[in-house]
Amino acid sequence: MTRIEKRFAQLKSDGGKAFIPYVTAGDPSLEITLELVLALEKAGADLIELGVPFSDPIADGPVIQRATDRALRNGVTLQKVLKLGENIRKKSEIPLILFSYFNPLLNHGLERLAKDAVSMGFDGVLASDLTLEESGPFVRTMRGAGLNTIFLVAPTSSEERMKRIAEASTGFLYAVSRTGVTGERQELAADLKEFLRTLRSYTKMPIAVGLGISRPEHVQAVWQEADGAIVGSAIVKEIEEDMRDPDVDLVGMVSAFARWLKDPSGK
Amino acid sequence: MKGHYGNYGGQFVPETLMHPLEELEAAYMDAQRDPNFQLEFDQLLRNYSGRPTPLYFAERLTARWGGAKIYLKREDLNHTGAHKINNCLGQGLLARRMRKKRIIAETGAGQHGVATATVCALLGLECDVYMGDEDIRRQELNVFRMKLLGARVIPVSAGSKTLKDAINESMRDWVTNVRTTYYMLGSVLGPHPYPLMVRDFQSVIGREVRAQILEREGCLPDVLVACVGGGSNAIGLFYDFVEDKQIQMIGVEAGGRGPNLGDHAARFAGGRPGVLHGTFSYILQDADGQVVPTHSVSAGLDYPAVGPEHARLHDTGRVIYTSVNDREALNAFHELSRLEGIIPALESAHAVAHAKKLTLRSPQLVVINLSGRGDKDVTEVMRLMSGE
Repeated sequence: MTRIEKRFAQLKSDGGKAFIPYVTAGDPSLEITLELVLALEKAGADLIELGVPFSDPIADGPVIQRATDRALRNGVTLQKVLKLGENIRKKSEIPLILFSYFNPLLNHGLERLAKDAVSMGFDGVLASDLTLEESGPFVRTMRGAGLNTIFLVAPTSSEERMKRIAEASTGFLYAVSRTGVTGERQELAADLKEFLRTLRSYTKMPIAVGLGISRPEHVQAVWQEADGAIVGSAIVKEIEEDMRDPDVDLVGMVSAFARWLKDPSGK
Repeated sequence: MKGHYGNYGGQFVPETLMHPLEELEAAYMDAQRDPNFQLEFDQLLRNYSGRPTPLYFAERLTARWGGAKIYLKREDLNHTGAHKINNCLGQGLLARRMRKKRIIAETGAGQHGVATATVCALLGLECDVYMGDEDIRRQELNVFRMKLLGARVIPVSAGSKTLKDAINESMRDWVTNVRTTYYMLGSVLGPHPYPLMVRDFQSVIGREVRAQILEREGCLPDVLVACVGGGSNAIGLFYDFVEDKQIQMIGVEAGGRGPNLGDHAARFAGGRPGVLHGTFSYILQDADGQVVPTHSVSAGLDYPAVGPEHARLHDTGRVIYTSVNDREALNAFHELSRLEGIIPALESAHAVAHAKKLTLRSPQLVVINLSGRGDKDVTEVMRLMSGE
């Protein structure tokens, strides 16, 4: 079992739900991302998605686009993100997901990526523009090395696709809450509940929901229907706002924000 | 697997777009089998765009170059001034058939944007065109044309502010408004079925050339030359001749300022296979798999990837890909203007510039695809000539 599978199994037996922050690796620096991940774990994160910056993030809205730009300007490469995983792993057992567009992974070489990701402590890989149709070699190589392969499933996916995506995914299934690019939203999509129930009828695998989850009530609502809530842009935006003021304790602020998202009553 | 050209092509998009792509493919296949669709498309090409476009024997150019007979396929004489309208008429009819009311498109040189805006006006569809800031600056005439035609031009200030960034923004719009919006992609790029569909709509170019040259010369041409940005005018010319193995086909990429990464858009010279904008093909990327900026004097060729079918034609050797630089293209722009009274688009000037460099014998027949006219480039050329 990977750390991802163990964590979801544990949560299930405890009756808990997963809180999954996304951070763009190297925004504002690789050193701070390391501190952030450790602080987010203390704040109650169950898994972490580490985003690999890519020059053409077609699925991302302005917040993650800006984080990507900052990371790329800082010289962050896939190699350095993998190394960051290794540094995290020296200090924490939190499940780590390498979250990337496909080209940097392909460019690294799939065999080499699988080997490196495992040895540097990653547990799963998700490529946001890799469809089921094109994923054969990727799935074989990653799974062969003992990594989970996590796929996106969307509200526009046909039921036939939902079934096939659920079969290709291991660890958990990433349900995209709505059509659109990443970014904060005021409300969850009206049809989310129905989508998650349909999806649930096709799979027993843990389902985590992402895209637009930006408030504690969104997290709570998602937990009613699914096994995990993924928060990306809201956290990345908090990082962006806190980095503007050098006197602010960025890591402290972001971890307080994550704590609030998970439990606004402050228990 | 669907939509592959050898190893190239495919569908690399966020899952949200997969069902819409399946719908698009089904609608296109259905339209292909519908004689009424084909008839309406053919009639619009003829009566609205003015096809067939002439195959013009460039006598003075032939005399000046002193070798082969040079023919120009006058795609510049299409309505809106470039081959782009062929594809837009086809996709516009398809969008209407799919009952989509809103069209989005990306544009580099503005020719695809103008053609899209034109077809939207014709068919009564809402139209938003994404265009990079740098391209808005250097193709201002086309920006105004799009506005006159009732389209909204949305400036893109991200990245290199050119075609690549306009496509990124179009894909973001599409993934957001996918239930109501039709994405009218302008070249043989992107996820399946776009490379196939756009090629089919553009292949009228080569079919006409075959009939025209047979009528004029009684034989097929020896050499075909076309510029390659995304590659739609080139594939449109080449496709009908792929099986005529004796014909040499040459695709001309933008050599820009020089051979260093970042200074050109010669994907086959400086690129490696990778994934960008939904397809696996040659792309200009750095050692880490990040897509790098490109440069060309021609906005329509200033793009880091190339259509996947070209990638296969390159690897099999069926088409030879080469490049000419900004200066050579500008010289050809002037030479064709002075000698033949035809001001070519800077994109098409790349094809002309390469044809000039070929070592050709006098009975040989060369067809250059004059994919667009140069009106849009006049102010930019004026700026370059005054040394700004």
